[in-house]
Amino acid sequence: MNSMEPILSIQNLRRDFKMGSEIVHALRGVSFNIHPGEFVTIMGTSGSGKTTMLNILGCMDRPTAGHYVLDGEHTEKMSRDALAHIRSRKIGFVFQSYNLLSRTTAIENVELPLLYNSRVSSMERRKRAMEALERVGLADRMNHVPNQLSGGQQQRVAIARALVNDPVIILADEATGNLDTRTSYEIMSLFQELHAQGKTIAFVTHEPDISTFSGRTITLRDGLLKKDTLNENIQSARHALELLPPPETFDEE
Amino acid sequence: MSPFTLAKIAVRALFRNRMRTFLSVLGIVIGVAAVITMVAMGEGSKKSIKEQMTQMGTNAITIMPNFSRRGGVQMDASSSNEVLDEEDLEALKNQAQYINAVSPLISSNGQAIVGNSNWPASLSGVSEDYLKIRNYEMEDGVMFNDQEDRMAKVCVIGKTVASNLFANTDPIGKNIRFKNIPLKVIGVLKAKGSSDFGQDQDNVILAPYQTVMKRFNASTDIRTIYANSIGEGYAEKASEEIMTILKERRSWTKPTDPFRVHTQEEMIKMVTSTSDLLSLVLTAIAGISLFVGGIGIMNIMYVSVTERTKEIGLRMAIGARGKDILLQFLFESVLISLLGGLIGICIGIVASEIVKNAMNWPMSVSIASVLVSFGVCFATGVFFGWYPARKASRLDPIEALRFE
Repeated sequence: MNSMEPILSIQNLRRDFKMGSEIVHALRGVSFNIHPGEFVTIMGTSGSGKTTMLNILGCMDRPTAGHYVLDGEHTEKMSRDALAHIRSRKIGFVFQSYNLLSRTTAIENVELPLLYNSRVSSMERRKRAMEALERVGLADRMNHVPNQLSGGQQQRVAIARALVNDPVIILADEATGNLDTRTSYEIMSLFQELHAQGKTIAFVTHEPDISTFSGRTITLRDGLLKKDTLNENIQSARHALELLPPPETFDEE
Repeated sequence: MSPFTLAKIAVRALFRNRMRTFLSVLGIVIGVAAVITMVAMGEGSKKSIKEQMTQMGTNAITIMPNFSRRGGVQMDASSSNEVLDEEDLEALKNQAQYINAVSPLISSNGQAIVGNSNWPASLSGVSEDYLKIRNYEMEDGVMFNDQEDRMAKVCVIGKTVASNLFANTDPIGKNIRFKNIPLKVIGVLKAKGSSDFGQDQDNVILAPYQTVMKRFNASTDIRTIYANSIGEGYAEKASEEIMTILKERRSWTKPTDPFRVHTQEEMIKMVTSTSDLLSLVLTAIAGISLFVGGIGIMNIMYVSVTERTKEIGLRMAIGARGKDILLQFLFESVLISLLGGLIGICIGIVASEIVKNAMNWPMSVSIASVLVSFGVCFATGVFFGWYPARKASRLDPIEALRFE
């Protein structure tokens, strides 16, 4: 991969919503590139347009104007099906509320994205899901259903699910929003590990301390890019975890 | 996604809501079972009617004097002034091409007496061909011959007569007295078993028609002539031909026909069309319950789609196309209806057997009705599952994911 070529490039991105007779400008012309191997946090208060941005980056929504090129493909004019295809091959999603299928085992949840890729056989599907679960350290929980797993474990399964189709970018939407500090740091440490292994990650959050774990922070405000700074002093989530006082109650297992 | 994977997902989703699935399936089960049973009932009665009619002889044609009017009064056939006679019989025998057997039927009612026993029977004067026309077969002895036994005092009797007059003895060679004239029994007919329209077809005494004409009735009038068309489908041609021959002989010019010609085919058609209508009505009623079952599926699929909006959103977010979601839900509804269809067919067949044995109703479950039911079930699943599935496939992933 040529690190000079951006994996993701947006130019003058706009998104308007019609709310009755009013037009709301959620994004008013945002441009930035993300290069392979970057770990970027996208910050912003609510109403800043970061959710809209994430939806467009995740190919679930199309911009009103502007350009969005993901891994060499122009997505602005794509059909619903074509966007679904991009999502299935190039994007890994991690949600705030995990969004695992209930009463479905961890391994089957991880296999899910590959079901929509007819080129992957069921044998390979299982093998890749197993590998993804190993990467997030949950190989021994493969046959557990979500309500038998803790929040942190559920989010790990969700991360495994985002890894299984080997996406060009992982998009995380407030992925630590439902977790306590300790578990948040554990998840961030996992993201840092994946980053160290070469994964490109875009992490949407409104918590400033989360952004200290990433290499670059993009801040949005009122639909405009306010700041785009490289982080000189990247914190180690593992280290932060060690600094936390030991958990006073019993372990979640 | 492969059909196998889709089926697996559908089965799992249905298993999750066992009670709900059971109730939707039940709706289809009742519908299909009703259709199968009703069709079996209709087909069964049609079949049994047809069987009875064919026993009488499928190709039989009856020729009788027409009703006539005298001064505006509708007269019945016996007071008609047009009668058939032996020459008509000969003409039909020699000229008609679409018939291969002709026999008059001359009746004389009375009591048949043998020794101390007597039995009310009708003496029928017929020709040899009568057996062929009415599908009678000889069991014992011989049938009289038109030429040799022209006015002979001989007769051939049916099983009912034989058993009532000659309880345990062989009737062949014995005499039956009918209106004081002794008739020698030369043959016994094979039993035809069931009777049609309440008439016992085995309660007959057949004698040469000349014998009955001259010895019993003292009249050369022939009330009825039976004929046999040369095969199935020729009945209409044959009856037209008969009418033409009879009219020509009389130089008939009046607008009304002198005789009535009935074909058994007509009768079968008439009776089966009645039972066709009956089975159509029954099937339609049963079909309505299948339709209601289908609405049940549609309802439950809508609920299911709404309930699983978030799941749909997730599946779309990770790459499912609208088509994938559509197929997923369509598989579920088709699975419900096919499962219902399968169980319904089994129950329908069992119910038909029960009705057949317990109520002695002729039932006939046809392979066609089973296959059609199964096909209809598939169509029901697709038809009623289509709109909910399409609704699911058109959801916006962002909205769907936000759904709580």
